[in-house]
Amino acid sequence: MTRRAPWAATGRSLVLVVLWVPCALLTVAALVGLALVVVGVGLPVVAAVLPGVERLARVHRRRAEAALGRAVPLVALRPPDASDPGWLGQVEEDARRLTEEALGRPLGAVEARALTGAEPFRRGWQRLQDVDAWRLLGWSAFAATGGALLSACVVLLAPAAVGALVLAVVLPLAAGLPWGWAAVLAVAGLLGGWAWWRHGDALGRLRAAADAALLAPGRQTRLEQRVQDLAASRSQTVDHAAAELRRIERDLHDGAQARLVSLGLTLGMVAELVESDPAAARELLDEARSTTGAALRDLRELVQGIHPPVLADRGLSGAVEALALDLAVPVAVTDRLPARPPAPIESAVYFAVAESLANVVKHASAARVWVRLDAGASSLRVDVGDDGVGGADPARGSGLRGVGARLSAFDGTMVVDSPPGGPTLITLEVPCAWSSPKTSPS
Amino acid sequence: MRVVLAEDLALLRDGLVRLLTAHGCDVVAAVEDAPALEAALTDPTIDVAVVDVRLPPGFTDEGLRAAIAARARRPGLPVMVLSQYVEHLYARELLASGEGAIGYLLKERVADPAEFVDAVRRVAEGGTVLDPEVVAAIMARRRASPLARLTARERETLALMAEGRSNAAVAAALVVSEKAVAKHISSIFTKLDLPVGADDHRRVRAVLAWLREDG
Repeated sequence: MTRRAPWAATGRSLVLVVLWVPCALLTVAALVGLALVVVGVGLPVVAAVLPGVERLARVHRRRAEAALGRAVPLVALRPPDASDPGWLGQVEEDARRLTEEALGRPLGAVEARALTGAEPFRRGWQRLQDVDAWRLLGWSAFAATGGALLSACVVLLAPAAVGALVLAVVLPLAAGLPWGWAAVLAVAGLLGGWAWWRHGDALGRLRAAADAALLAPGRQTRLEQRVQDLAASRSQTVDHAAAELRRIERDLHDGAQARLVSLGLTLGMVAELVESDPAAARELLDEARSTTGAALRDLRELVQGIHPPVLADRGLSGAVEALALDLAVPVAVTDRLPARPPAPIESAVYFAVAESLANVVKHASAARVWVRLDAGASSLRVDVGDDGVGGADPARGSGLRGVGARLSAFDGTMVVDSPPGGPTLITLEVPCAWSSPKTSPS
Repeated sequence: MRVVLAEDLALLRDGLVRLLTAHGCDVVAAVEDAPALEAALTDPTIDVAVVDVRLPPGFTDEGLRAAIAARARRPGLPVMVLSQYVEHLYARELLASGEGAIGYLLKERVADPAEFVDAVRRVAEGGTVLDPEVVAAIMARRRASPLARLTARERETLALMAEGRSNAAVAAALVVSEKAVAKHISSIFTKLDLPVGADDHRRVRAVLAWLREDG
C-alpha cells in the first residue's frame, strides 16, 4: 500500500481519543460487574454494560473500515434466547412453584413481578456464556488502554513536535536556556515531526488493524454463518437441479419421444401400404428417415445442454476453446491449468463461462474477448474479459445471476467489474484441489 | 476400395459393414476400439478409414486422435470421421492434419446410404467432405467477415462447395444450370480474393483454407 499523508489518520485518531472516555467508563463498569459476579449483583451490571460496548464497537468498526479501506467483520451479541431459561430461570420457576404451593393459590401480579426480578440476572448469566461477549469485553479493554495510547500518539506527535520547535527558539531568548539544550529540543521536535509525517498514517492503520482483529467474529460465529450460507446454497442447488430435470423431461417428452412415436406410426402405415401402394410407401419411408434425423437433432441439443461431449473429450480448456470457435467475436483462450479439475467443477465452470460469453455476445458489443483459465494454490480461477460497453449487472440480468447460483454450490464466487463504458471483467473462482498432474488422454 | 472401419456399437458396425459391402467396398477390418484401430491403420494397402470419434477404452475422442496420428505417419491417408455430434474444433484439427482426403460427418448421414458411400468414395479419392452442420457453424461464425459481402445464393454455393460437392452436384442441389454455378463461383472467388481458374479439388481446398483461417 502506498504511504499517505497523515492528516486523515490524525483526524480519525482524534475521534478515537475522544471515544476513549466512554470506552474507559464501560470497561471499568464491566470489570466491576465481573468482580461482583461472585456475589450475584455483578450479573445485571454485565447485562447492562454489554449493549453499550457493542454500540461503541460498531462506531470503531466504521473508523477501522475507513482507515483500512476494506470491510471489517464485526462480532455480535447473541440475541437473548427466551426459549432457554438456563439454571436461573429454573430457580425462578421453582421459586414460583414453591411459593404458590406454600400459599395454596396462584400468585398475584405484583408478587409475580417481584419474582421475575431475576430477569436481568438471567440475561447477565446468558451473556457470560456467550463467547462473543467476552471478545467484545476484551476489545473494550484494549480500546481503553493500548489502543487509546496508540491513537493519542498519532494525535499528539504533531503538536508536540511544533511545541518543541517553538520552545527551542523561545526558551533561550526568554529564559536563557543554553543553546546546546535548545538544539537538542529542536532535533527532538524535528524527529517527532518526521515520525508523524512518515509513520502517522501507518500508526493509525495499526490501531485500525488491531480493532479489526479483536472485533472479528469468533470461530463459533463464523461456523454458524457458514452453516447458514451452506443451507442457502444447498437449497438453491436442489432447486436448480430439480428445474433442470424438469426441463430435460419436457424436452425429451416434446422432442425425441414424440418423434419416435410418429416414426412408429409412419412405419406401421408403410407396412400396410408396401404391397398395395409401393409409391406411397416409399414417400412415407422418406418421411420416416427425416423424422429420425429430427429426433437425433433434438437429442444432440439436449446432450449439449446436459454435458457437452467436447467437455468429456477435451476437458475445460478444449471445451472453452470449442465455445470460442463458435462465437462471432474473436475470443482468445489462455489455459494455465496444471490438470483437469474434478468433473462436477469442470461442468459447473464450463456452463458459467458459456453463460458469461453468451452475455458478452448479447450485450457487450465487444470487438475482442479473452478467457483465461488459471490455477490458484487451491482454487480454479477464470477471467472473462471484453472491451465492450460495460454496465453488466448480475443484480439485473438473470443470466449472470444464474452463474453465481451455479458456482455457489461449489463455494465458488463470481465478481463482475463492469463500469459503464467498459471494459468488463468477470472473475469466477471455485475452490479446487489440484492433485493429479496434467495428463493427455491418448 | 479397401476400407478399415472403427465403430464400438456392434449394431451400427454390422450395419455399416453390410452397407459398404453392398456398395462394392471391401471392408478389410472392422474394429471396436482404439488400440485395434491403430493396429489396423498400419496396413499400407488400405484406401480409406471410416472412424467413429468416440471409441473405447476411454470413450472420449480416441478415434479422432488415432486418425490424426495415422495421417501424421502416412500423409494424405484418407479418413472419414463419424460422430454423434459435430464440433467446429475437431473439424479444424482434421483440416489441419494435411491437405484433402478428409471427411467429417454426423453418424445419422448413413440414413442415406448412396449419399454416404459416395462421400466415402470422394474422400478416398482425395476430396474433402464436411457435414452441412459444420459448414453452417463455420459460416455463422464468419458473420462479421468478408462473407457478409456474398449474396445469399453465393453463400449457399460456398457451403455446398465446402461439403465437397462438384459443380454438377451444386447445380443439382440448387436447381440451377452448371453455368450459373460457375458464375457464382467466380464471383465468390473474386469477393474473397481467391485464385480463379483452378481445378475442382484445388478450389475446394482454397475455400476450406480460407474458412479455417482464424479471426
